[in-house]
Amino acid sequence: MADISLHAVTKRFGDNEVLHPLDVAIGDGEFVVMVGPSGCGKSTLLRIIAGLEEATTGEVRIGGRRVNEVEPKDRNIAMVFQNYALYPHMSVRDNMAYGLKIRKLPSAEIDARVERAAGILELGPYLARKPRELSGGQRQRVAMGRAIVREPAAFLFDEPLSNLDAKLRVQMRLEIQKLHRSLGTTSVFVTHDQVEAMTLADRMLVMNAGTVEQVGAPLTVYDDPASTFVAGFIGSPAMNLVPGRRVGDGVEVGSGLEFPLPEALRSTARAAVTVGVRPEHLVVSSAGSVAGPALAFRVDSVESLGADSLLHGSAAGASFVVRVDGHQAPQPGASLTLSPKPGRVYFFDTPSGRRLAG
Amino acid sequence: MVENRPVLRFIHHLTLIAGVVAVAFPLYVTFIASTHSLESILSVPMPLLPGDQLWANYSQVLTAGSTRGAQAPVGAMMWNSLVMALAIALGKIAISLISAFAIIYFRFPLRNFFFWMIFVTLMLPVEVRIIPTFKVVSDLGMLDSYVGLTLPLIASATATFLFRQFFMTIPDELVEAARIDGAGPLRFFWDVVVPLSKTSMAALFVIQFIYGWNQYLWPLLITTDEKMYTVVIGIKRMIVGGDALTEWNLVMATAMLALIPPALVVILMQKWFVKGLVETEK
Ligand SMILES: Nc1ncnc2c1ncn2[C@@H]1O[C@H](COP(=O)(O)OP(=O)(O)O)[C@@H](O)[C@H]1O
Ligand SMILES: [Mg+2]
Repeated sequence: MADISLHAVTKRFGDNEVLHPLDVAIGDGEFVVMVGPSGCGKSTLLRIIAGLEEATTGEVRIGGRRVNEVEPKDRNIAMVFQNYALYPHMSVRDNMAYGLKIRKLPSAEIDARVERAAGILELGPYLARKPRELSGGQRQRVAMGRAIVREPAAFLFDEPLSNLDAKLRVQMRLEIQKLHRSLGTTSVFVTHDQVEAMTLADRMLVMNAGTVEQVGAPLTVYDDPASTFVAGFIGSPAMNLVPGRRVGDGVEVGSGLEFPLPEALRSTARAAVTVGVRPEHLVVSSAGSVAGPALAFRVDSVESLGADSLLHGSAAGASFVVRVDGHQAPQPGASLTLSPKPGRVYFFDTPSGRRLAG
Repeated sequence: MVENRPVLRFIHHLTLIAGVVAVAFPLYVTFIASTHSLESILSVPMPLLPGDQLWANYSQVLTAGSTRGAQAPVGAMMWNSLVMALAIALGKIAISLISAFAIIYFRFPLRNFFFWMIFVTLMLPVEVRIIPTFKVVSDLGMLDSYVGLTLPLIASATATFLFRQFFMTIPDELVEAARIDGAGPLRFFWDVVVPLSKTSMAALFVIQFIYGWNQYLWPLLITTDEKMYTVVIGIKRMIVGGDALTEWNLVMATAMLALIPPALVVILMQKWFVKGLVETEK
């Protein structure tokens, strides 16, 4: 087991700098999820940790040791790929055992490790099969088994669940969680799916265009997004982000809808401020009883998700999405009064996208 | 073609049957001729039913050979052909596999240049370079030897190209997984690339075996010693001067014998061959 740290790591492909100077510290035994839209450099970062890609500048340390010049096989890591990358001509058993055979472990030890991994992953009945005779979920489990048997210092996962259907994805997510709880191995998990990030991470790293936007526990990131990018990326459906203008001690959006600025932010807020409210933080209230901003909301359409319904509509000329109880959804065309939950309105500096801080 | 029109169907079948006959009839004639004595073949009209000399003709060519023209036993020629075909097929596969591996998996200076060099030679059939090649082989003292017979034909742009195309379909992640597992280039080659290429190799083997077996011009130039004749050359050398002099019954028997090994290879490897052409195991 080991901690992983990156110091001022950058990566260029030709003239294209895909990772800007990055500092990341991953604690021993921690489960860190790197999440961000496709193309933001998550895989590149993971591959730099694995040693499959060289950092252009900066330093990578695993367990305190500088590994920039160390071959992947000697970094004591194991990687699970999105498309499984199993050896097609080898049985499940041989797939898992291959790396150990190369390392010349005694065959009794190899068998024991393979059996143990097969037990954990419930692959026992399939050990003699070829990958093509397995379902997607089973293949992914074999890929994880191949990682487990190495007993590495760290697991690196590159979107391992993206090729699975929705139901399997949830199931495998739980299995990965269970696995991490029982093995306690440092894990770095890359995904573009914020739900995976929220559910799996001890800590998550939200990435955007080659930089880390925010690092924190999932709920912290959800509760305290550092930028409009994070606010829009984490949480589903996305936070309502409405550009507004500074007027006196508040921010006006649309035509005349004013959100009062908290005391602490009044000195930092400039002319252009973006107001953010999560769909679940807008509550239906009866007109008149509202303290603070009241949104005269007109429902344009209703999306029923079962337990919840999403109302799409507008207030004061600005579009909002609202999450309400699935059984108490109004009809399209209805008018409601909405108010944000206290303390759940976020203010961002529009040009930079950064959250306003007092 | 879904509708069932008897007249049309009759015509279709007639056409197909005519095609089969056109292909099969010469073969049939060859076989018939190989079962008669020379006198009965030369009689007019030529017999179209099997004669009684089958055993005599075949045992004579296999062990003793013709009495005119080339006089080496065909058994020895078949052996030469077999050695040549196998050496060419296996040699081509081995060399091409390694070249393609180098081109795909290693970064070395002028890599693309070398690939294009190999590729360009696709345009040069053996016949075009046959004089200089002959000169080289003869200067090296390799006339009338197995090495001279096979080595110049082993380099193969086609096979290199085919393997290159196949390797490009092996996902990068597989290479990376092997790197993380600690497999160096040679282990990766033996443990992953070679097993994955098995079906392609089988398909190539069939094609190249037949190519090697049927070589005509090169062995014709390079073999002067009857002991080194391949069977294809043997047939040519048995045909001497006028019709009356050639032992056509023995020539036909040799031709039938020459057919057997390629036919066997195709039949035995048919399953693999088709697999290699249509299926990729990834
Ligand atoms: N080998 C490469 N050569 C050139 N550009 C690359 C290479 N690998 C990745 N990139 C570029 O780097 C950026 C980040 O890629 P990647 O790390 O795969 O993103 P992600 O995994 O977040 O989707 C992309 O713009 C991609 O085009
Ligand atoms: Mg990726």
